[in-house]
Parts: sequence; C-alpha cells; structure tokens
Amino acid sequence: MKNEINEAHEAVEDNSTDSSNSSEPVERRPIVPGEVIVSGEDFLPGDGTRRDGENVLANRFGLAEISGRVVKVIPIFGAFIPRKGNVIIGRVADINFSGWMIDIDYASSAFLGIEECPRFINRNEMDQFLAIGDVIAAKIWGVKSKGIDLTLKGKGLGKLEGGFIFRTIPSRVPRVIGREGSMITLVKEKTSCQITVGQNGWIWIKGEKIEDEIKARKAIEFIASQVLVSGLTEKMEEWFENN
Amino acid sequence: MAVKKDFKRADGRKAEDARPMTAKVGVIPNADGSAMFAFGDTVAIAAVYGPRKLHPQHMQNPTKAVLRCNYDLLSFSVGDRKRPGPNRRAQEISKAIEWALSPVVDLSLFPNTVIDVQIYILQADAGTRTAGINAASMALAQAGIPMTDLVCSIAVGKNDTNLIVDLSKGEEDFEEGEGATDFAVAKPANSSSFSLMQMDGKISPELVPEATKLASKVCEEIYEIQKKTLKDSLLPSEQEKGAKK
Amino acid sequence: MSSMEVTNLTREKLRKMFAEGKRFDGRKLDEFRDLKIEFDVSNQAEGSARVRLGKTEVVVGIKLGFGEPYPDSPDKGNLMVSADLLPLASPRFEHGPPGFNAIELPRLVDRAIRASDVINLSDLVIEEGKKVWTVFVDLYPINDDGNLIDAASFGAIAALKKAVLPLLDKDGKIDHKTKSTNPVPLAKDIAPISFSFFKLGDSLILDPTREEQEASEARITFGISTFEGKPMVNSCQKYGEDLFSQEEIEKAMSLLPVKFEEINKKLKSVL
Repeated sequence: MKNEINEAHEAVEDNSTDSSNSSEPVERRPIVPGEVIVSGEDFLPGDGTRRDGENVLANRFGLAEISGRVVKVIPIFGAFIPRKGNVIIGRVADINFSGWMIDIDYASSAFLGIEECPRFINRNEMDQFLAIGDVIAAKIWGVKSKGIDLTLKGKGLGKLEGGFIFRTIPSRVPRVIGREGSMITLVKEKTSCQITVGQNGWIWIKGEKIEDEIKARKAIEFIASQVLVSGLTEKMEEWFENN
Repeated sequence: MAVKKDFKRADGRKAEDARPMTAKVGVIPNADGSAMFAFGDTVAIAAVYGPRKLHPQHMQNPTKAVLRCNYDLLSFSVGDRKRPGPNRRAQEISKAIEWALSPVVDLSLFPNTVIDVQIYILQADAGTRTAGINAASMALAQAGIPMTDLVCSIAVGKNDTNLIVDLSKGEEDFEEGEGATDFAVAKPANSSSFSLMQMDGKISPELVPEATKLASKVCEEIYEIQKKTLKDSLLPSEQEKGAKK
Repeated sequence: MSSMEVTNLTREKLRKMFAEGKRFDGRKLDEFRDLKIEFDVSNQAEGSARVRLGKTEVVVGIKLGFGEPYPDSPDKGNLMVSADLLPLASPRFEHGPPGFNAIELPRLVDRAIRASDVINLSDLVIEEGKKVWTVFVDLYPINDDGNLIDAASFGAIAALKKAVLPLLDKDGKIDHKTKSTNPVPLAKDIAPISFSFFKLGDSLILDPTREEQEASEARITFGISTFEGKPMVNSCQKYGEDLFSQEEIEKAMSLLPVKFEEINKKLKSVL
C-alpha cells in the first residue's frame, strides 16, 4: 500500500503535467483577459484563448505561451475542473446505504459507491472502513452534471493514514508534479516522504519525522509560488541546499 | 467636447482628471481572488469565492454558473454611522454591479455553481460603486475565472454646467446652478459599449454622449492600472511574499 | 481557501504535534503570530484600526452618535459593540441571520472593555437624562485565519485609544467635515484585551490558525487589563463541550499576565 500511494501521482493524465522543463524553452508572459496575445492567421487558439479577426486574445488571467503555432494561456489561479481519470484527495462527509459522500473541495459533491472499494465491505460496517472525517485518495471515473463518481480501485488509492494534508491552488498542481513527475520525485527523494498530489489541489505528505514532513510541505509551497521561473529543477536543488 | 479645459475644481484637479488611483490584488488570502481599488479617499475591497456550491438547489442553473454580487458599506466608512447590513440602496447597487460584470464573465464552464463577488467599502468619498467594480473585475481575473475582458468603471458628472470626472463627496453635494450630476459608468475595457449606467442629476440630452465618451477615455487609464497591478502580482518577489503570508 | 472541514488525519496529527510542543509554522504553543497594527482605515471614522495576526485581519471602526441614556442610568453614555462576519472574509461566513459566533464575538469584546472601566460612561453625557454619546465599536473580519476574538479585541482598544469626540456645528449637529482633536475620554493606563486558549488533547495553544482552531475541542477566553497597575482578569467564557481542568486553569493563569504584558507593550509602541 505504501509504495502504491507513492506512485499515485503518476496515474494522472499527461496533459496535467508541466511542460516548463521541456527541452525547447518557450516564452511565457503575464496576460490579462481581453488582451491580444499575438496577431496572425497562422496561429491556433488553444486553451484560455479565442480568435477575433487577425488576433488571438486571452480569455483568462495567466501566462501566455506560444509554442510553435499553438497559443494558450496557462492558468495561475483557478478552480479545479474534474476530469475522468484524475486522482483527488477528499474527506468523507457522509455515509449512506450505498456508499460515501466525499468532499473533494469542488462545487458539486462526489460519491464513492460501496462496490468501488477494492475489497468486499459489509453494509453494516461501512464506517469501519471509512468514517466521517477520514481522508482518501480516489480516482474520478465519472463526471456528470449532478455529481462526480469516485473509485478506490487502482494503484495507490485508498484511505490515507498518518501524515497530513494541505491545499495548494489547483492550477498549480501541474507545476508541483513537474514534467513526468520530476518535481515531486525530487521532493520525495530529498525529504524521504511519501507524497500524493491530488488534482483538486490537496496534497498528502507522510514521513518518518515531522521535520521531514514540514520540509516537504515548504518545498511544495515554494514550487507552487514560482510561477514565472524557468529552470525550476535547478532552483529547487539550490533550495534544498539552503533549507 | 464639453469639458472646459481651464475649469478648476476645489481639490485642484482638472475637469477630466480622476483622483489618484491605487490598486492591489491578493488582499484577502482566504479568497480565490481579491483586490483593492481606491479613487483618492474612496477605498473598495473585493473578494471572489467560487465557483462553489449554490444553495438552495432551486437557484442553480444547469447550463451555467450564477454570478452573485454583494456590495455594502462598512458602518464607519461614512459620516453618520451606517447600520450594519444591506439596505435598499446596497441591494440595488449590488444588482447593477452584477449586470456591469456579467457580460465579460464566461459562466458556461461551471453549471449549477455560484461565483460570489463580495465588495465592501472601507472609506467612502463618492464613487464607491465604481471603485468596487474596478476591484471586483481584478478579483475575478485573479480568481482565474474565464473572462473575455476586464471591466473598468468611473463616474463622470457635472457641477452646474461643467462636465467633470470622478466626483468627490464635496462635488456630489454641489448645489449651485444646475447642481450636481453623478453618472456612474462601466464598460469592458476593449469594447465601446457600456455595462453600467446609473445617473442622478440634471444633464441635457446632447451632453449624455459627451459624458460617456469622456468616461471611455478615463477607463483607458483605469485599464492600464488594472493590467499592471495584475501582471506585477506574478513577479517572483510578490509571489514569495504571498507564499510567506 | 478551501471550504473542506478539518479531517481526522489533521486533527490526529495536530494532537500529536502539540503534545510534543510543535506547530506547523514552527511557533511555540503559546507564541502569537506576527502582530501588525495600523490606524486610519477610514477617515470617516472617529477612530479606526487594522489588526493583522499572521493572515488573520480585522478592521475596527469607532463611530460616535447621539443617543438617549437608558432610564436606569440617566447619567451615563452608551457603548455598543457589534460585529459582522462578512462573507468576504471566509468561505465559512454566509449572508443571513447571525450565527452564534457572530453573536459571541462582539459580546466578548464588549464585556472585556466594559468590565475594565477603560471607558467611564459618565464622561459621555451631553445633557443628563436626555442626550448622551453612544460609542459604536464595529468589528469586521477581513480575512479569518483563526483567533478572530483576540485580534478583534486588540483592534477595538487600538481604535478606541485613537478615537476623538466629534465637533458640533452651530445647530448642535455633528460636524463630519472637521476633524476634532478631543480624544474620547478613556482611562489612560487601562487597555483591555482578550486571550483565547484553545485545547486539543491535553495541550493548550494560543493564537491558532484556522486549521488549528477547527481541530481544537474547546476554547476559553479571558479579558484582561490592569487595575491599580496590576494585571486584572475582567471576563471569562468557556466555549465548547470539553472540560478545562484545575491544572489547565492554573497553567492559563500563569501564562496570561506574561502574554498580556507582551501584547500590551506592542500596543503601547504603536499608540
């Protein structure tokens, strides 16, 4: 279980990892909604942008990035938007006859059905498996207009025991994970902590010593704060030498 | 234009000058987005929470989020203490602010939810709703809400027959000749259309378009301040400050 | 900030950490966050202050208005402390009728001020039996990251100490345009403030963050000031279902004067 949880972040989709450490450096600059990012018919408006005649405009506040022909705005702030396959961290809010209501810090509620547990759970003993206030790492398998469906079937999913959780801005999660998990792997190595990063911005840390756990949290908070920095891996190596 | 270039105002401003403007984002760490905007002695703060759950359920819209604005004065922001809690004036202004902001906010991504915009006035010296809209627009952007544009807002108006920008309380109370006219205007920065128009006073029909034209001009200045404030908030020094807070 | 409630995980973690004398932010259990006090939040107020305790922020404004004395005290002015938990300050605060916390906050601040006798209400009479000053102390949390009560109490006394009596115009009405320099009459050497001890497991902590406060099981708030130069407890209120033991009360009472001295020094340095 321990090792599995360690790997949970790798279950996230490719589009939610950060491309800032890619081999080709791309220019990023702050942009506000309504501002022209670039002019020209050749450019393709991507996430957070729209075309207006010759121009590609920003549809949100963030960092404008032009990568080849594709123009997008990388969000710096903003709510979690649930997608199928996302690993999230949530709190058990209620129990009913068929499963658990999970608070995943999102505008609609999430449901974990009893049949989505990795083993058989007796309906009379549901709160022995998950009680109100408990914390789980779960995966989203369905997003409907009235709610979100979760499962615990999968690598690294289940009730989280020990350690603690804290929140970062959901749109900073890709940065925290890094390209192919490089950033979070670095933090794990340097602090010897188990870490699970939920796409909803909640992060679980568990280490041998509280000092290690606090260091891991500070490192992650630092990574999340470095929105305009390139070469973050080197900067983090340096950070660990000084902290 | 009907602005008299040589018209001197009590505080020494020229007719088309707004009071000194200051702005800041991230002033309320709990909020998803927040900002302060001041015109001289008028100080507004705004916080955005959401998208989040909307109760009661029957108010939910299955096709988009609901934008809900709330504007109010703190009790000690005005001369005679204002009783805490919203009165009719505050309720009307809240709704007008909602209409001023909603044309630029893309609510379609978050069905059944609410985006709450909370605006409070710490210190009032006229122009509170316009300062509030400028703050709220920045707070919405900072919250990462999808938007097509920022919204800028300014009051134009008149003292007697003189067209002036950003009336102070003293100018709002002006009583000679045609008296005081206060005309609060808001518009998406990159548009030539208006999303808020609220006016009291006496103004001739041919002067109304002059007034809105003047407002558009001042909105350009406001837009520059909003842009700079938002962008500067991403600079590494500001971010580290935020992280430490 | 998230609206997620505190989890079992966090509560257990904090319980263990507090038992070892540790906190996430590195503070000692009885250590306050960085306290910052500014004045003149609103030039329309007769006095105002902004208090920051870490990320917690409260603004307090003092207004004076004409009032009628209560029939049983014709020779006394009025003190009225109110609070509005603005939905701006926390995802936890909602519009609508005030909940218990919104009712309790101003009452605790009110009692600490009143019982300390920092304001002699007899000094606020304009015309005995007919017209008196009402001193309004309005408390507004701007960002709630825990310990609002203590922060509000610091803000209330800071704003009061800076407050002035309004000037009257020739018709006897309040002149809002001219700023007076007459201070609201207060006992110079008295500065009532409150300290809230929060309990989790067997540990007592001061100045909790929101997370620590939500994880705690009970709270006890003491109003303290000075009487004839010595520390004097003026008010007390326990909150929550958990009990406080004799030992815990003794522990709190040994800490209280030390903390009072510390915050008082800070207050004096800015006033």
